[in-house]
Amino acid sequence: MLLVENKCEHLYLMSFYIQRMPAPIRLRELIRTIRTARTQAEEREMIQKECAAIRSSFREEDNTYRCRNVAKLLYMHMLGYPAHFGQLECLKLIASQKFTDKRIGYLGAMLLLDERQDVHLLMTNCIKNDLNHSTQYVQGLALCTLGCMGSSEMCRDLAGEVEKLLKTSNSYLRKKAALCAVHVIRKVPELMEMFLPATKNLLNEKNHGVLHTSVVLLTEMCERSPDMLAHFRKLVPQLVRILKNLIMSGYSPEHDVSGISDPFLQVRILRLLRILGRNDDDSSEAMNDILAQVATNTETSKNVGNAILYETVLTIMDIKSESGLRVLAINILGRFLLNNDKNIRYVALTSLLKTVQTDHNAVQRHRSTIVDCLKDLDVSIKRRAMELSFALVNGNNIRGMMKELLYFLDSCEPEFKADCASGIFLAAEKYAPSKRWHIDTIMRVLTTAGSYVRDDAVPNLIQLITNSVEMHAYTVQRLYKAILGDYSQQPLVQVAAWCIGEYGDLLVSGQCEEEEPIQVTEDEVLDILESVLISNMSTSVTRGYALTAIMKLSTRFTCTVNRIKKVVSIYGSSIDVELQQRAVEYNALFKKYDHMRSALLERMPVMEKVTTNGPTEIVQTNGETDPTPLETKPPPSGPQPTSQANDLLDLLGGNDITPVIPTAPTSKPASAGGELLDLLGDINLTGIPSITAYSKNGLKIEFTFERSNTNPSVTVITIQASNSTELDMTDFVFQAAVPKTFQLQLLSPSSSIVPAFNTGTITQVIKVLNPQKQQLRMRIKLTYNHKGSAMQDLAEVNNFPPQSWQ
Amino acid sequence: MIKFFLMVNKQGQTRLSKYYEHVEINKRTLLETEVIKSCLSRSNEQCSFIEYKDFKLIYRQYAALFIVVGVNDTENEMAIYEFIHNFVEVLDDYFSRVVNHV
Repeated sequence: MLLVENKCEHLYLMSFYIQRMPAPIRLRELIRTIRTARTQAEEREMIQKECAAIRSSFREEDNTYRCRNVAKLLYMHMLGYPAHFGQLECLKLIASQKFTDKRIGYLGAMLLLDERQDVHLLMTNCIKNDLNHSTQYVQGLALCTLGCMGSSEMCRDLAGEVEKLLKTSNSYLRKKAALCAVHVIRKVPELMEMFLPATKNLLNEKNHGVLHTSVVLLTEMCERSPDMLAHFRKLVPQLVRILKNLIMSGYSPEHDVSGISDPFLQVRILRLLRILGRNDDDSSEAMNDILAQVATNTETSKNVGNAILYETVLTIMDIKSESGLRVLAINILGRFLLNNDKNIRYVALTSLLKTVQTDHNAVQRHRSTIVDCLKDLDVSIKRRAMELSFALVNGNNIRGMMKELLYFLDSCEPEFKADCASGIFLAAEKYAPSKRWHIDTIMRVLTTAGSYVRDDAVPNLIQLITNSVEMHAYTVQRLYKAILGDYSQQPLVQVAAWCIGEYGDLLVSGQCEEEEPIQVTEDEVLDILESVLISNMSTSVTRGYALTAIMKLSTRFTCTVNRIKKVVSIYGSSIDVELQQRAVEYNALFKKYDHMRSALLERMPVMEKVTTNGPTEIVQTNGETDPTPLETKPPPSGPQPTSQANDLLDLLGGNDITPVIPTAPTSKPASAGGELLDLLGDINLTGIPSITAYSKNGLKIEFTFERSNTNPSVTVITIQASNSTELDMTDFVFQAAVPKTFQLQLLSPSSSIVPAFNTGTITQVIKVLNPQKQQLRMRIKLTYNHKGSAMQDLAEVNNFPPQSWQ
Repeated sequence: MIKFFLMVNKQGQTRLSKYYEHVEINKRTLLETEVIKSCLSRSNEQCSFIEYKDFKLIYRQYAALFIVVGVNDTENEMAIYEFIHNFVEVLDDYFSRVVNHV
């Protein structure tokens, strides 16, 4: 019997042990195991296994090991694995009476729970109880957790408890309550008022922990509410006193960091002073002395001291400090720049960049040190130094600075080159001491960083070169020499090709005054241009430039016209559509319109200056004279059929009217166009009588006029085309040409159909620039389809009222 | 304001992480790898502050471990740099002989 009983018991015990899992492993074990994993997959496997074990343990409602399991879960969560199934377990731990359980429970709540999970609200009651717990450590846990992940609802419910704890004399709790209050205010700003009374004597504390968190709380309140800010300004004297004590007090072992007493608190106070002193003269004055004291007395041999100095400098620059103090601050930054520590140099450059606008002269004094930083090894420091250098360039130092900047451009990393090149162009444009210097600088940039120059720089440069009339020979010679050796840098080649096309005659005639003229033959010039055309390195745009340049040379060169003709005709069958179009047009120019060639290809006039930040909208020259023979960039508007261009050339009929183009290439906001575009807001209806410009075959075109207030040379004409016949006129195109001294811009028409029976009109706007105030004349050409046949008509408009052009 | 605090080793394994603003869990691992990559690519002559997206990263290397703190614009970088060292000293004092390996 006994034996059987024993056996039964034995069996029972055995089965009991087999059913029960072994005790879950400790966190340390888990970490050790995971670290032995050699691949990501292995690690994942281990973790999944452990998660499964933890899950079943949770299911069994095992109280003893819950704490351990949740700890492991938190570790796995930190490694990036999902752990949401542990959320409820955290709540259970929080509710437990054991401190070790609560501790892990609250930690888990902070890591796994936030307002996105509904579960978190269940915590509110627990936290409320724990905030009133007898043990301060439990209260502390509750405060920490609330301050970390409390949602708005929780904060609203528990703010009262937090406020109570803010007034306690227990410094351990007081400091945590202050931080919790910061979080409450962030979540529910309306509760800020509630904490105001408790802040009254926060700064009277001796305990640095409380002081520190109180300053954080005050900072948060001041940043959020201007009323609070005004209210707390009266604390400035007290803050100044605390700061003074920190600096003057002797060695205090519990607050010492490398010889300075509680630098973190000092930095916090300085930051709060900055917020309080901003825009307020009285407060700023009250802190002047202490700031000067900190600035002069702080030990600068270690990073700690420099951190405090940095904060002081930021504060001095931000408040209404007296000029002596500001100069002191900038000098500190200047000293930082000479420091060996790269962190300090970086911080100094960043601050100088912020202050260079307001305290330009003071920063100028440190220019040489800043320029030296261009040679630093650290990328962030170099970038800052470059930005600062550009900010410091002025008329006096331009030559010296440019030398340094060009050297920098030569040696810097590719990521800087584009910005540096743009910066150099801007600076050169503003402060160039002479035209020759300007062109030399541009040349230098193009040759050293030619492939990094931004696309929009090319038209700007071309405009610049055109305007330096006396330098043309010199420029084209230098550009020619530059691309002789190397024609791979596209922007350089584009500018060079354009110039050679324009000024090739100066090049071969050897007329250069500025430097030794070189002997170049026409064939050599064509050689280089043809090489550019053929080269694989040349982009489509560059090839376009080159072809146009070659074409232009046909009027400037005397011996090689046949060669040019040959080149142009070859490209008439190029695969590149753009090139092909140009070549075909130029061919046509040779064959059918040879008499016009010289006029069309003549020297570009001086372009009016447009600001570099000007509007870059391309002027639409819809249906008007196709400027492709004279342009260097392809017109961005749709392909303009060659037939139109040829037809319009017909208009010329050999008299003095030439199709006038917005003279600049369309890539440049046409100087006239730019001005005209600027007028959009300035149109002034002055009651100028409108005229009927054309009336024939049922088609009537009326002109109405507007003059601009700002630019008296501009007239805006709105044409209205109407159709009195019984059938619509379709595919209606209006074209216009004006005498040479005028400039014309035609905007897009409202449609291309003139409806019958005068039921509607086509409206189109023409802008005319008439700087010489000559009598306005215009030749117009109309094409349309009517009653099944194509119609075309030419007419001259001479009846412009004097008010439209005088 | 401190956005996150990381301790990552040279192989990219996270030893400690604390986020003070919510970041999706899968984005966290991504962030950690990117951060450690930018820290590893720095040489000794370069400063300890990196601009990364809209944070500033302040990092310090202790043997094979990188401690990286991500802050926003308003923080004093040098104070945080000092704070990192302070933290390590606290760990050292509290746990005695802090090492990377168990």
